[in-house]
Amino acid sequence: MPHEETVYDALDHAHGGEGHWAFGTGFDEPLAGVDTTVPDGVDPADLGAYCLMLGDDALVLAQRLTQWITAAPELEEEVAIGNTALDLLGQARLLLARAGSVGVLGRSRETATASIPDEDALAYFRDADEFRSTGLVAAQNGDFGQTVVRLLVASTVRLAVFARLRESRDPVLAAIAAKGVNELAYHRDHAARWVLRLGDGTEESHRRAQAGADAVWPLLADVLTATDVERRLVAAGVAVDPADVREEVHDVLTTVLERATLRVPAWPADTPPRGRAGEHGPELAALLETLQGLARRHPAATW
Amino acid sequence: MSAPTLDRPTDEAALQQRFDATIAADRRIEPRDWMPDGYRKTLVRQIAQHAHSEIIGMQPEGDWLLAAPSLRRKAILLAKVQDEAGHGMYLYSAAETLGADRADLTDKLIEQKQKYSSIFNYPTLTYADVGVIGWLVDGAAICNQVPLCRSSYGPYARAMIRICKEESFHQRQGYELLMTMMGGTEEQRAMVQDAVDRWWWPSLMMFGPPDDDSPNSAQSMAWGIKRHSNDELRQRYVDMSVPQAQFLGVTLPDPDLHWDEETGHWRFGPIDWAEFKQVVSGNGPANAERIRRRRAARDDNAWVTEAATAYARKHAGAVTEGAA
Amino acid sequence: MSTDVTAEGGHGAIPTGPEVPVAPKPAATRRDWPLYEVFVRGKRGLNHVHVGSLHAPDDEMAVHAARDVYTRRNEGVSIWVVKAADITASSPDEKDPMFAPSGDKVYRHPTFYEIPEDVPHM
Repeated sequence: MPHEETVYDALDHAHGGEGHWAFGTGFDEPLAGVDTTVPDGVDPADLGAYCLMLGDDALVLAQRLTQWITAAPELEEEVAIGNTALDLLGQARLLLARAGSVGVLGRSRETATASIPDEDALAYFRDADEFRSTGLVAAQNGDFGQTVVRLLVASTVRLAVFARLRESRDPVLAAIAAKGVNELAYHRDHAARWVLRLGDGTEESHRRAQAGADAVWPLLADVLTATDVERRLVAAGVAVDPADVREEVHDVLTTVLERATLRVPAWPADTPPRGRAGEHGPELAALLETLQGLARRHPAATW
Repeated sequence: MSAPTLDRPTDEAALQQRFDATIAADRRIEPRDWMPDGYRKTLVRQIAQHAHSEIIGMQPEGDWLLAAPSLRRKAILLAKVQDEAGHGMYLYSAAETLGADRADLTDKLIEQKQKYSSIFNYPTLTYADVGVIGWLVDGAAICNQVPLCRSSYGPYARAMIRICKEESFHQRQGYELLMTMMGGTEEQRAMVQDAVDRWWWPSLMMFGPPDDDSPNSAQSMAWGIKRHSNDELRQRYVDMSVPQAQFLGVTLPDPDLHWDEETGHWRFGPIDWAEFKQVVSGNGPANAERIRRRRAARDDNAWVTEAATAYARKHAGAVTEGAA
Repeated sequence: MSTDVTAEGGHGAIPTGPEVPVAPKPAATRRDWPLYEVFVRGKRGLNHVHVGSLHAPDDEMAVHAARDVYTRRNEGVSIWVVKAADITASSPDEKDPMFAPSGDKVYRHPTFYEIPEDVPHM
């Protein structure tokens, strides 16, 4: 074997392939080199608020999935969950940076010093009431069954939205969506494969998957209801009306659950937006305390 | 299988001779080659312990995943911890070519019949520990591991090549974090120095006992499982690390550390093994927690593994499992 | 000082202790998913090359796990997975009588060493 001679060479090439490292680990500013001009006729405050909705969803779900690291079933699944969390973290960074670039920083700059980039000011120095994530992603993981059902539902909704968002008049959002679609399709497929196996696996796994679905479905109540911000941005050709994806989401979820021999829970009645309006349960506050604690104790630090 | 023919060696001596010749020629032993029991046994133990170390090694840093102080750091740390899961997988696979089963090895780890590197029984107290683990612990691991890319056992050597490539990213991200923190606040610089104070000596101990007190090493060297002596690697590590510490602006906690002009090496003070042995023997502050978490991952999710197996059986038609 | 730690195994400083070989674990008690071998075509024009293995419950999960673990989902590559148990292999040395009974199962060498519970590791 000639590899004795090439070991050190191989080490030198370790950073040659960009594709090797998962998305979101880059050492560069997320929006470096991207034209961040706000399109004509679009209120930057609305655009920023919309980016927070999509970004916060990704950040909160990434945090939930990360809770599985060192606790997942089998090492293969550990790696798969890690990849999914990394994808979502990458999406969150881009979206929060976009919100910052159009000046939407909320009260975060009251405590975050100038050395802290916008994405971190927004992620670490907003209180729960400034977060725009939905209750679907904030809910506790539950067991692995509930986790994959929630991932299925969340990625089905997000994929449907991102697929349409590729046509957004905001070039940054369109680019983020174009990149995200491939990732989300993978997340959805991965979750669906697991829902099939758990639903149609053993008696116990069927029971747990069903309980997971029953716990997750009610969280859909306000996810597909548009806020005023979204309505204005839909009119401006920038955002996607979540109501438009309802049918697709319903069909996909029904198909997967039926194939998994699971009963499709009753679709909850629509309610006005809660999470998108900053109304959250205690689970988000607890999640944020863990996420933000260290950064907040050192507001002048650089990492 | 065909009947034995006359030119087949029938005695173990001849097989041993062929094995020895392969090792002597610095060629690789592959899974189906005959190998002495001691060689197989040593490899299974070594590779399994290495794999366990990767998997347990996810925890000290993993403890900071949810609290990483920036999104970029969170992503980097997540990618790193995920790599370690991958490394564990590569290594368990190498052990499986020798007849071991991963589930079995995991059980042995949880039942504490097999060990992992003691370094991971030290707790990570601040975020600077994440950087210092990358710089010093991964740096020491690289010194240990690069020679293993030339291990005489093929599957192990190949796994190590893949792992070493990824480890270099690990060390760089750690050092880069420390450089950033040293350029930050006074408090951050103190965190870095404190972490260096706690991890420097344990990282030196990662290379094992001194050569004159390491009789097993000789056999492993002869078999090509080990390529350099403990002291040799330790010295190489110190020589690499001291200039890096100077560049970083931290003090290594060793009053005896000095440059030896004559030999061209950094000389370091005597290693105190007493506390280290406490940690090694399972009295480390984090040992019980490390094991508890592996046990929970196995037991709490057993139903998931079973469900997927049941699904595969149902959807594979009449094909039955278990022929393996 | 007695030699009770060793640097073997990459991260070093692992406690040592005597082990006693016992009978191999029977295959019927295996709890884990089947072992799959993974082959990746790094780019067009190259052969698929063996890159490692993984455990998966079925073929579909195996190919997706292979993407996650061995390619970081690089779309440009082609992946093959095959159950290790389904590989038929030649003997590395036709003169070798040692593997005649189990020679066609590459990865199922029935040799494993248990360590009894009461081994003092210090």
